[in-house]
Amino acid sequence: MLQRMTPSDAQNSLDRVIDIKGVSLTFETNDGPVHALAGINLDITQGEFVSLIGPSGCGKTTLLRVIADLERPTTGTITVNGVSPREALLNRSYGYVFQAAALYPWRTIAKNVALPLEIMGLDRAEREARVKRNLELVDLGDFAQKFPWQLSGGMQQRASIARALAVEPGMLLMDEPFGALDEIVRDHLNEQLLKLCDKTNKTVVFVTHSIPEAVFLSTKIVVMSARPGQIHDIIESELPRDRTLDVRETPEFLDIAHRVRQGLREGHSYDA
Amino acid sequence: MTPRVDLQKFLARAGPVVVVVLAIFTLWYIAAVLLNAPAQRDAYARAKVVDYSTGQLIADTTSQRRPVLPAPHQVVEEIYKTTVLKKVTSKRSLIHHSWVTLSSTMLGFLLGTALGTLLAVAIVHNRTLDKSMMPWVIASQTIPILAIAPLIIVVLNAIGIQGLLPKAFISMYLSFFPVTVGMVKGLRSPEIIHLDLMRTYSASPWDVFWKLRWPSSVPYLFTSMKVAIAISLVGAIVSELPTGAVAGLGARLLAGSYYGQTIQIWSALVMAALLAAILVTLVGVANKAVLRRMGMAST
Repeated sequence: MLQRMTPSDAQNSLDRVIDIKGVSLTFETNDGPVHALAGINLDITQGEFVSLIGPSGCGKTTLLRVIADLERPTTGTITVNGVSPREALLNRSYGYVFQAAALYPWRTIAKNVALPLEIMGLDRAEREARVKRNLELVDLGDFAQKFPWQLSGGMQQRASIARALAVEPGMLLMDEPFGALDEIVRDHLNEQLLKLCDKTNKTVVFVTHSIPEAVFLSTKIVVMSARPGQIHDIIESELPRDRTLDVRETPEFLDIAHRVRQGLREGHSYDA
Repeated sequence: MTPRVDLQKFLARAGPVVVVVLAIFTLWYIAAVLLNAPAQRDAYARAKVVDYSTGQLIADTTSQRRPVLPAPHQVVEEIYKTTVLKKVTSKRSLIHHSWVTLSSTMLGFLLGTALGTLLAVAIVHNRTLDKSMMPWVIASQTIPILAIAPLIIVVLNAIGIQGLLPKAFISMYLSFFPVTVGMVKGLRSPEIIHLDLMRTYSASPWDVFWKLRWPSSVPYLFTSMKVAIAISLVGAIVSELPTGAVAGLGARLLAGSYYGQTIQIWSALVMAALLAAILVTLVGVANKAVLRRMGMAST
């Protein structure tokens, strides 16, 4: 597809980390086709924290997997860092954090964080330096030699974030990373994650089904609806970037949360 | 901890085991008396002994030279005589025979584990082999080993392979099977999320194998090896039966049955059972040690 670009367009596309145009994805199943995604358009620029929120089955995880090249769209184009998701994957442009920590039980925490670095073929000194740095970043410096089962669920998930960061990607793709954790741990990790993103200026795409979590973390909230999975509303958050958990008591926060909730309600057909 | 508590703990743990062993020995004695009594009564009749007590009958039935079923103490005595009292180099030493069987068991077990693992790796990584290989692997186990053992020995002999290797091949033939089945399952045991993680790193098949599939399959490998080492022993004994082997527990069984030496047969059987128990235990110990090192010990 050829398009004439004005200079300002070119500038925009430089900042644009993820560019999704008309993406649809249909799974062929025995019960007929399932329209997981339909007509998705979304731009994400450098340094944004974007939450994808919606009911289960709305395709938010699928969209994240499309960005990560874990799924291929049926139609539409998507570029990540200006190239195809496949190339972006090969360039190791992103770190992916799954719903579960997905730590390998036979590796210590340090070895788990070193796993992607081994695959990248980094030498031992570089690996050890990055493991140390990133474990300290998530406050797990003292647990390097422990095995995963010796850590709590929250600590395991922090280790998996350190593992994603160790690749030193410009972007983090996070698929409900705190979904399995209790409220208190989740709040704490949300705060830590926000600080971490400020420190490293990473672009984050974050899948969640918690409204407070989405509003607290994001600069942009993408509300999705199900069957077929599509974008219902995109909300730009004006909340200050350096926020603490107290921000959740402010009227601005509640306004945004209200708009998200409304969007979810409109997009949800109960007779489905 | 006080010695008293230690003793209590020991009794609590050893108690059930002791009860079961005593029960087995009691049943064994009762069976020995019942099975040997007819021959003993015949013997009394021939010797015209009429007034024998029950006590004497029991004593005599458990001390025959060629009983239908030897009593436990006769077997223990025979094992003691052929292990402790015989030189290891003697043809009558049960240790010598056990060693012959053990060496082909071990060689067959190692070959079988290697072959089983290689087949599993091939099956997991190749769709064609996955579809075509498994039926043959299963078919191989439906052939009675007694029928195929002499063939293997004769064929290998014809191409100049003799001694330990043909017997080990029969052990291998039996023992590769559980390893293949277990390792196919083990190599496929990684969770989707663990495989997806590897995809996000664009890891090579080599990395996926060594860093994910292989370590995930280790518990399955040890479970398979426990079965494999026991049937390797069976294979080694069976391979000594139809091939006229002169040494080994199988040869001992065969010689015993030629000459009606039931005590000799039973002592070889008990020795084989002991050997199997020791081998399986050793695999279990290795299993624990390896899993502990990998941080996956089941605590």
